[in-house]
Amino acid sequence: MDKTLPPLTPLAMPYFDGCKIGVLRLQQCGECQKFQFYPRTICSHCTSEKLQWQDASGKGVIASFTVIRKGVSAAYEAPYVVALIDLAEGPRLMSTLVDVVPEDVAIGLPVRVDFAQWSEDISMPVFKLC
Amino acid sequence: MSRTSLRGQVAIVGAADTAVGIVPDKTPLELCVEAALAAIDDAGLKKDQIDGLVTCNSMAQPLLYHAEAVAEYLQIFPRYCINVGAGGGTTFSILHHAASAIATGMADTIVISMADSLRSSLTREQAMLAQSSTGHPQFEQPYGLTVPGYYALIAQAHMAQYGTTSEHFAEIAVAARAHAALNPTAQKRELITVEDVIASRMIADPLHLLDCSLVSDGGSAIVLTSAERAADFPHAPVYMLGVGEGHSHEHISQAHNLTTSAARESGERAYAMAGLGPADMDLAQLYDCFTPTVLVELEDLGFCAKGEGGPFAATGALRPGGALPINTHGGMLSHCHPGNPGSMFALTETVWQLRHSAGERQVPNAQTAMVHAQGGIMSSHTSLILGREV
Repeated sequence: MDKTLPPLTPLAMPYFDGCKIGVLRLQQCGECQKFQFYPRTICSHCTSEKLQWQDASGKGVIASFTVIRKGVSAAYEAPYVVALIDLAEGPRLMSTLVDVVPEDVAIGLPVRVDFAQWSEDISMPVFKLC
Repeated sequence: MSRTSLRGQVAIVGAADTAVGIVPDKTPLELCVEAALAAIDDAGLKKDQIDGLVTCNSMAQPLLYHAEAVAEYLQIFPRYCINVGAGGGTTFSILHHAASAIATGMADTIVISMADSLRSSLTREQAMLAQSSTGHPQFEQPYGLTVPGYYALIAQAHMAQYGTTSEHFAEIAVAARAHAALNPTAQKRELITVEDVIASRMIADPLHLLDCSLVSDGGSAIVLTSAERAADFPHAPVYMLGVGEGHSHEHISQAHNLTTSAARESGERAYAMAGLGPADMDLAQLYDCFTPTVLVELEDLGFCAKGEGGPFAATGALRPGGALPINTHGGMLSHCHPGNPGSMFALTETVWQLRHSAGERQVPNAQTAMVHAQGGIMSSHTSLILGREV
């Protein structure tokens, strides 16, 4: 059984292409300069369509987390940590923490992005404690 | 065009549940029909007098035109017929819509019936996957969160922000079980302690097994009609005094606030319509798919100060005989949780409490109740205020 892979939609391709080469990319608004996640056709702050993809710092802090003790399917080996990450650029995203002992995870800790290849076509952003 | 308040315009005049828990001998459609007929009978009506029908779809037996299928099965021919998309907050937001439909003459007598068989018609894995599909398909689901995991993110944030403890969450499960022990129809009735909850298996930190609601079969239905007709039915009517909704996000990673929910807005809107406040409520039914939801709802609906939900629960206020009995049927934690229909049982229970027919678990002289549900991951909220008098 495979992990649940994200559908690759045209709008989100710069994001997933970035992941394949080890870069986390976010949309930034050319009008109000704010970043957003997830990718959209419009800026969710000011509705401008002038969106550009920017390389993000890959740095963030843990906004919340949980340790899944029974995996959602056989493809997910428990225990694993799923977290909400507040990126330095502003947006929040969900990800998983790798190379950690669950007991070491806490809200507010700094993390940095890494990438894990889940299939031939798809690499996913994952995070490590700094 | 003038806009009129829905306050006191409609009343619940029929209510019924099917058997709940493990009910393997009936399909979800059959349970939905059974609940509808029982509620119609409770209202002293014949099926041909029903001109509005609302159902929710079933995860175990999805139907493209669910409400129409139920109408066809019953051989009724309503002029208002709609299948609502999901459970949780949607279950009560549909009351908001149905009340509006009655107020505007779209229908006179509406049955709302919901049923599913998550326990008997799906494997545990199927039930889990069906429910975890609530996550964003591109940016959440790949990370393998289970449904308890989504709610654990809220619990963990509340603990970090306000000092809430696992014992606080556990007290909510203990109170639910104490109510269920008084309810002969509840799926789980043996009393539990805070220690039992903490000692139960960890599912998604900080949520233990007993912080999680049940997986059940069952159906439940009500009959809604205009207040002016409500005196003509066999049982005392239960009036809708207030209703309000709040919608803040769909996906938890997009929530602007993990620990304060749109229950604040839905509650404020319902209280404003009713002209009542939290202190006027004799009991509350608060959506309890997991214990932390109750704690956040207690705060956001104004039953205690923000951040004080844990200490408030720890006083024993939520238990039978407490200052604010909640989920007096046992809630989804102990009575039953067949998925989408889950909060319907809180509604029928409130009808019986306000008719003063709730037997051993009757809240003495209950006059007014708050009934609140949320859906998604604390995404979509509806608050109802129900009362014996307009």
